[in-house]
Amino acid sequence: MHLDVNTLHEPEEYLRYIRRKGLFLIGAGLVLVLLFLVALAIGSSFIPLPEVIAAFLSPSGEHISTIVLNIRLPRVLSAVIAGAGLAAAGVVMQSVLRNPLSSPYTLGVSHAAAFGAAFAITVLGAGSISHLISDSMVVRNPCLVTICAFFGAMLATAGLLLVAKYRSSRPEVMILVGVAFAALFTAVTTFLQYFSSADQIAAIVFWTFGDVGRSTWSDLLLMMAIVLPSLGYFFFTRWDYNAIDAGDETAHTLGVNVERVRTLAMLLSSLITAVVVSFLGIIGFIGLVSPHMMRRVVGCDQRYLLPASCIAGAILLLGADMVARLIIAPAVLPVGVLTAFLGAPLFLYLLIGRNVA
Amino acid sequence: MILTVAGLSFRYNGLKILEEVEFRVNRHEILAILGPNGVGKTTLLRCINTLLRPQAGRILLDDQDLLSLGRDEVARLLAYVPQRGETGPILAFDAILLGRRPHIGWDVRREDIQKVQAIIDQLHIGHLALRPINSMSGGELQKVLIARALVQEPGLLLLDEPTSSLDLKNQVEILAFLRMIVRAHSLTAILTMHDINQAIRFADRFLFLKEGMVYAAGTREIITPELIREVYGLPVTIAEVNGMPVVVPGLEYLHPPETSLPAE
Repeated sequence: MHLDVNTLHEPEEYLRYIRRKGLFLIGAGLVLVLLFLVALAIGSSFIPLPEVIAAFLSPSGEHISTIVLNIRLPRVLSAVIAGAGLAAAGVVMQSVLRNPLSSPYTLGVSHAAAFGAAFAITVLGAGSISHLISDSMVVRNPCLVTICAFFGAMLATAGLLLVAKYRSSRPEVMILVGVAFAALFTAVTTFLQYFSSADQIAAIVFWTFGDVGRSTWSDLLLMMAIVLPSLGYFFFTRWDYNAIDAGDETAHTLGVNVERVRTLAMLLSSLITAVVVSFLGIIGFIGLVSPHMMRRVVGCDQRYLLPASCIAGAILLLGADMVARLIIAPAVLPVGVLTAFLGAPLFLYLLIGRNVA
Repeated sequence: MILTVAGLSFRYNGLKILEEVEFRVNRHEILAILGPNGVGKTTLLRCINTLLRPQAGRILLDDQDLLSLGRDEVARLLAYVPQRGETGPILAFDAILLGRRPHIGWDVRREDIQKVQAIIDQLHIGHLALRPINSMSGGELQKVLIARALVQEPGLLLLDEPTSSLDLKNQVEILAFLRMIVRAHSLTAILTMHDINQAIRFADRFLFLKEGMVYAAGTREIITPELIREVYGLPVTIAEVNGMPVVVPGLEYLHPPETSLPAE
């Protein structure tokens, strides 16, 4: 069959609708850039925006340049990468599990990653506490911690995929499995803590407060090396998620290898979660809130939902971190403490406005 | 395109669902797969769309074996309209655009959007284009899903119960619409159906399944009261209304003397 097109009859209204969504993405991107610069400017010493930009354009060894590039930039970039990564993981999990409550945090994947990291810190001796600075966890062997966090996340993911495949992927089932996993991995982590030294316990506890200020340049590079290609892959396969949203059978007849897309999406989402959790600790609800907010604005089309959620996640985490830095200044609150507060209103909102699902 | 199915057998957990199914459909033709519930109609459709892999047999579209082709190749040759599509709050236009997925590389081209518009114009569903599909009636949604299948530019169209859950007017509309499309674009279409009378009116060929096997296949002439009784286990008479055969279930079956209530 071949469809002849009538080039005279363009779907004007649809094209306008698409253009509006495109403009929204551009606008959101600009907001992110602006927030990024502001985040670099504020802190214990305020640096005016022109000087921030100057520090970028001509990096010198001077004081301001050092603060911007070596202290604030890793923190701010971490927030952007982690926020975008967690949001993308949330969107993709919600799509392939066809479940609006899916996210790394609600499905227990974050907790499982935290368990893996705790295991690496205590049993494998990959980390210890240093009393020198307030934010005092030092992971001696970040690669080992990441690998263990990843295996923890994988364990939970495999469990989820098995339940979804052989029992049911209904929202309430998946969320209960997630609750079960979160409880289980928290329990095992508690168990590990009981047999740990005081220093190790402190290390684990500090470490589980999600904090974007913790990462060094090398952590950040590893995080980017994992998150950015994953985002690229998600964006490249955005049509496959649209097809899966239309039903497995439809997706199959549109040429999508549903099983493979679902497994790969879950694996990469878990990998993102694992790397973020292992470097920054548990940052809850970004992966759940951002997609839901953006679905309201750009709809369910993954072409727009995916990038919009990434930008929203980055803005949300960056904004939350700025609030966390200012709220009890000069002390800095770990951002994970703040994002944990996002969960309650969101769940209530979903419960009351059921039409989201 | 000519579809030839030969020696197709499908087992599920060792259970025989389909056995030695053979038939052929020509270009321009609509084949209706008929038979009682659970006889394997949907399974047969899912074997043809390669969602299920039969243990034996060949499915040839012209002379290409569908079972040896890759997913994308199959998706460019045939399109499938499932009985119930999942309906999120996405616009009909986007839902139809999804049908271009097998042809889309990195992103939608202008041509893809124009083809969606072309099919919307052909099916006269312009008023639905910018409405979310989860707010549509059964008939409207079915048209959108058929439009999605057509924008795939397939040679073979498969539809699972396209008229179930539709009212009479919508049933007739959808089927008439399908016949028009099949003729206009030289397609081959296969649909499963429960309503024999609608099938008789709109299909060109009929395939009756019984216990997973082809009981009878052919044009309208094969439909006799004996055949219906054998396949559905129900005595019928065939009347003629406006030159169309109409299958009327025997009422005596509903009140057979031997099952009358026993006296207390």
